[in-house]
Amino acid sequence: MSKSLILLCLALAMSPCTGLAQVAVHLEPADLHGSRPVSEQTSAAVIRDYLQSWQSLRSAMEQNRADLLEPSFVGTARDKFAETVQQQAVLGIRTKYQDSSHDIQIIFYSPEGLSMELTDKVDYDVEVIDHDHIKTKQRISARYVVVMTPAEVRWRVRVLQGAPLRF
Amino acid sequence: MTSRFGILFSGLLVMTAELVFGQSGRVQGPREIEAGSAFSIPTTGSGKAALYILGPGQVLRRDIQLGETVRFAAGALYNAGHYLVVISGDSSTVSDSLDVMPGSRVTDLGFLAKPSRLQVGQRGGISGAVFAFDGYQNLYLNPAKVSFELSGPSGGLQKRELATREGSAWTEMDSTTRQGVAIFVARIGGVSSKRIIGQVPGDPCGLRMSARPLSEHVQLVTDPVRDCSGNAVPDGTIVTFTETHNGVTSTIDQPIKHGTAMAQMSATNGATFSVASGVVLGNQIRWGR
Repeated sequence: MSKSLILLCLALAMSPCTGLAQVAVHLEPADLHGSRPVSEQTSAAVIRDYLQSWQSLRSAMEQNRADLLEPSFVGTARDKFAETVQQQAVLGIRTKYQDSSHDIQIIFYSPEGLSMELTDKVDYDVEVIDHDHIKTKQRISARYVVVMTPAEVRWRVRVLQGAPLRF
Repeated sequence: MTSRFGILFSGLLVMTAELVFGQSGRVQGPREIEAGSAFSIPTTGSGKAALYILGPGQVLRRDIQLGETVRFAAGALYNAGHYLVVISGDSSTVSDSLDVMPGSRVTDLGFLAKPSRLQVGQRGGISGAVFAFDGYQNLYLNPAKVSFELSGPSGGLQKRELATREGSAWTEMDSTTRQGVAIFVARIGGVSSKRIIGQVPGDPCGLRMSARPLSEHVQLVTDPVRDCSGNAVPDGTIVTFTETHNGVTSTIDQPIKHGTAMAQMSATNGATFSVASGVVLGNQIRWGR
């Protein structure tokens, strides 16, 4: 409970620069199947960077700029989302993703500390704009599986993959 | 008046949507498909429309003729994830969701093995973590049986079998007692990934030297320096010889050459010679009376 509040406060504190003001964040107790414990400091850093990645994703998809993915994404996730940005640009489409709540659980921290896996039940809105015409705006609830890896000064998302809530 | 007009207008929109799409605000077609599989979305009504399939992983757009079935060939939608399906006609839009599930087979492994080099005989010293992917680099989320095997230079094999959880699994192995290359393999079905682990000798064990006079000096020579498993400690490892006499200490650092280390020190009667390598102490020899 206290962790949730800390993270929510963290999100609110970041709001002037990141636009996370309305994001509710709940951190479930870790259910690890790795041998390595996760310190509170590490957990806070991972969650902070993960939430930031949604901001990067939103900006990239809204502006059709793959370079905006760079700070938060790496490897497969970066390649796939960059390809999506390119597809959108070719089709004249933009999408606005606005996350409103996250229910996050850390499920794996690899023994050598080079990868961490999370699950996130996330609520977000998607607005689809085709050649400046808003086509639809939908509220979506989905479960995401996330793999993050540490980089020089932050954790970066290597896999961000949606799955049905029942999964 | 305004609200009555609003209700009438909303009702008209719903009616239009039903006329065009033949359903109330839902897109027909599958709710779930396997990544890369062929699928189709039937439509009803008439006129032109645009069909969108959108998610962070992929975006597709087709101009369609309502009343026809829109077919997507195998490989068209291959990134697993949650997608929004939208059919937008001239007067109305309907939408629904589509989940693209990872492929049914693991075809690629991300295998992290650490460290790449370690001493022999380390319990739980080698760790391996594996992430399972399908052919489109989607994380394979169903449990899959994974086997980890570590084979040492003497042919011994350590094996662990477990199931992935949410696409990942891990294990720890002991480094073997023989120095040399160990091969660490992770395998799911017919897919495997191999890592090489260098196993180097441990610290010297039972370090021992002998002394013999050499004109005005004493020559100190170690026995072949080995670790506790009998592996030869590599040449270049520093061995420290120390002479102590009347509270005065002098030391010589010498690298191991051809398995032994050697030093010449002054042959002072009553001096004590000792040998060490790192934190490992060897025997002492008292010289003369």
